[in-house]
Amino acid sequence: MMTAVRKLTSGKRAVTATAAAAVAKAASAEAKQPSGLAATINHARYVIAENPVTGFAFALFALIVLCALIGPLLVPHDPLASETTAALKPPSWHHWFGTDQIGRDVFSRVIVATRLDFVIAVSSVALVFLMGGLAGVAAGFFGGWTDRIVGRLADTIMAFPLFVLAMGIVAALGNTVQNIVIATAIVNFPLYARIARSEANVRREAGFVQAARLSGNGEFRILLGQILPNIMPIMIVQMSLTMGYAILNAAGLSFIGLGVRPPTAEWGIMVAEGAAFMVSGEWWIAFFPGLALMVAVFCFNLLGDGLRDIFDPQRRT
Amino acid sequence: MVAVALLDIKDLTVEFHTRRGIVKAVQHVNISIGKGETLGIVGESGSGKSVTSYAVMRILDRAGSIAEGSVTFSGIDLRAAPEEQVRTMRGREMSMIFQSPRLALNPIRKVGHQIEDVLKQHAQADSAQLTNKAIEMLDHVKIARSRERYHAYPFELSGGMCQRVVIALALACRPQLLIADAPTTGLDVTTQKAVMDLVTELTRERGLSTILITHDLGLAATYCDNIVVMEKGRVIESATSTKIFKKPSHAYTRKLMQATPRPGSTLRGLLPEGEAPPVPQKIQMVPREQKPLLEVTKLVKEFPRKGLQASLSRLLGPKPAPQPENFRAVDGISFKINRGESVGLVGESGCGKSTTSMMVMRLIDKSEGAIMFDGEDIGDIAPREFAHTPFRRRIQMVFQDPTDSLNPRYTAARAIADPLLRMGGIKGAAAIRGRCEELAQQVGLPTDLLDRFPHQLSGGQKARVGIARSIALKPDLIVLDEPTAALDVSVQAVVLNLLQDLKDSLGMSYLFVSHDLNVVRLLCDRVIVMKTGQIVEQGPTEQVLFEPQAQYTRDLLAAIPHPPA
Repeated sequence: MMTAVRKLTSGKRAVTATAAAAVAKAASAEAKQPSGLAATINHARYVIAENPVTGFAFALFALIVLCALIGPLLVPHDPLASETTAALKPPSWHHWFGTDQIGRDVFSRVIVATRLDFVIAVSSVALVFLMGGLAGVAAGFFGGWTDRIVGRLADTIMAFPLFVLAMGIVAALGNTVQNIVIATAIVNFPLYARIARSEANVRREAGFVQAARLSGNGEFRILLGQILPNIMPIMIVQMSLTMGYAILNAAGLSFIGLGVRPPTAEWGIMVAEGAAFMVSGEWWIAFFPGLALMVAVFCFNLLGDGLRDIFDPQRRT
Repeated sequence: MVAVALLDIKDLTVEFHTRRGIVKAVQHVNISIGKGETLGIVGESGSGKSVTSYAVMRILDRAGSIAEGSVTFSGIDLRAAPEEQVRTMRGREMSMIFQSPRLALNPIRKVGHQIEDVLKQHAQADSAQLTNKAIEMLDHVKIARSRERYHAYPFELSGGMCQRVVIALALACRPQLLIADAPTTGLDVTTQKAVMDLVTELTRERGLSTILITHDLGLAATYCDNIVVMEKGRVIESATSTKIFKKPSHAYTRKLMQATPRPGSTLRGLLPEGEAPPVPQKIQMVPREQKPLLEVTKLVKEFPRKGLQASLSRLLGPKPAPQPENFRAVDGISFKINRGESVGLVGESGCGKSTTSMMVMRLIDKSEGAIMFDGEDIGDIAPREFAHTPFRRRIQMVFQDPTDSLNPRYTAARAIADPLLRMGGIKGAAAIRGRCEELAQQVGLPTDLLDRFPHQLSGGQKARVGIARSIALKPDLIVLDEPTAALDVSVQAVVLNLLQDLKDSLGMSYLFVSHDLNVVRLLCDRVIVMKTGQIVEQGPTEQVLFEPQAQYTRDLLAAIPHPPA
């Protein structure tokens, strides 16, 4: 959403922006520029400092990664140990997020679940990038039959209600984490294929592609070496956005009982389990994992904008 | 003759807030234009000429602001006026024509309706007269069959036509001031002449004041009464056209004038005195067999016309679609290029010159004919396979747009190294880097710029990177596709000299594709003039340009702006 809004405003100002760009370019040509990794880090620091929202998103992301990496070491209680005497206790100093129906510490379970949800999100996004992204780039660059096959495949997937399709895949393949990853990836395939296709298609006849042909590059080398790096900024934004979607999807599958099985700590199951207790007033069992889900998805959505600014070389003026 | 100026810019300074602090794009500029006057603002890119006009129209970017000075338009202080007031003035009191006519028009709205929109906006006509008024405007800008064209979409019109529609839009509400920001960039010379003649005629007729913003001193001098020359945000000279041409007082104006190719100027003469490099030693061409390097015979390129009707009948009807007539972009042309010779290929857009060069480059297939390179037929090798033949390294190309032809994610060194990595036969990072530096020196690119990305380089530097890449494999033939079209004149002067020197020292042959006859005259031994896919005239440069045989060549030559000498 934010991306779209920003694009709109920038479009309206395009005419005058060129003048400013020319000025900025002149300024940058005079200053000496560091290169390589150092420049990227410098630039990232600038982007984060310039936009506090991006900085906030990055801080949140760092927190999520930290929880995913060393969460189990940080938590005060064993996420699986039940303490029947302390069941259904509201949040207190001892149990920050309270305890659930069999006396497990909700705070510990929410933190520990980060790793599983994060892994599902990252691996499904990586998988869909490899499948959808590459198929889309090839479709846009080669056109013809490649384009037709990839296009129709994407159309077919789009024809299903996506969550129902994911349910079907997991039900058919079996109730494992691996299959959740595959299902989430397949559901996102059309999105990646279409974006990659349109981005590759506009660059197909670009001057630098022709120049690469003259330099003796084969078509595949041009595809991977020239086209792909240029559409990476867009793909990275897309990946960040689908990370949030992938977490929701995985949690949704677990919520309806397809996916991760109890007693494993996972946000979706925890919300599902806690939902039954909402009516009787024990709101904290479902609330805190739900909050964690929301924060994670929110963070990934915010991250997209910042990542685009960092990875686009044109913005590094 | 007019006491009070229509537009009076006093001490204008425009600032842009950027990452690296405040940049002053325009500094203490004083410009004044009376009623019915035409003023040319001339300068190279980054001189602040466009920013000045944006400040007048109050359409500066959010990052930009007027820091000092005043802009007064017929007594109204534009800097202090509320946005509401300025909005009603835009279009009705002062209008603007932008550089790219296609971008200035809404692509999904009929041009007639777009003119009506403007009229409605400023309540210039009631709804009963709207259509008639719009058609009248189209007539005014000399669009033939205006009643029919009223219903046309921008994509159905040529570039010149689109620019006429934009002019119609700008003049629809009878403004007092017209600002034309490089209105003819990207248009052919004959179209440029037609558009500029039209603007002059209309503005005279209506007593309009016009500001023409351009980088072309010749164009400005031909069509303007007064000229303001800008450099780096400052006005450095301001005088009448004739005076500027006869006696330019500032060194920069002289440099600019010198760099503009005119009949009678020489390649070295384009450069400022004292900056011309020594003429390199000409390589001794071994007079081998007198076989031409490139020989093209009866070359044809046809594109299938993809009509909606044909597609529909293919989908719906059982009978085959009526055979669509093919469009002949190149229609049986033959020419030769000898070793060490440079040949100019001239024509207006759509004449098939680019298609021809793409076929010679083996980037697209030919339909018929033969392309003999060094005695061997390369015309039948498929473009996809050509990259793997030994011929690839012997034919290279310099592209029209130096920005578009460089991968934005590759540094200059990586771009130059690309052909070396694929076909150079050089192994090892150090050796390749060494060759890159050698090439950079050859094209006059400072080696410390090699690690920069394209957007960190200026236009001229990018052009040098493109040239270095094309000569990296020491090719025999280079196709130059308008290599200086996107560059400022002073940079063009340097690049043209560089190309000439490289040709002399490396013994290459050039096929120089261009629409600028003055540039072709400087660089080429022979000229081929193309029109609608056919060659209308070819011969030695002097003969074609000074004693043209074909009427078309004469038209082309006549359309070049002739400033008062």
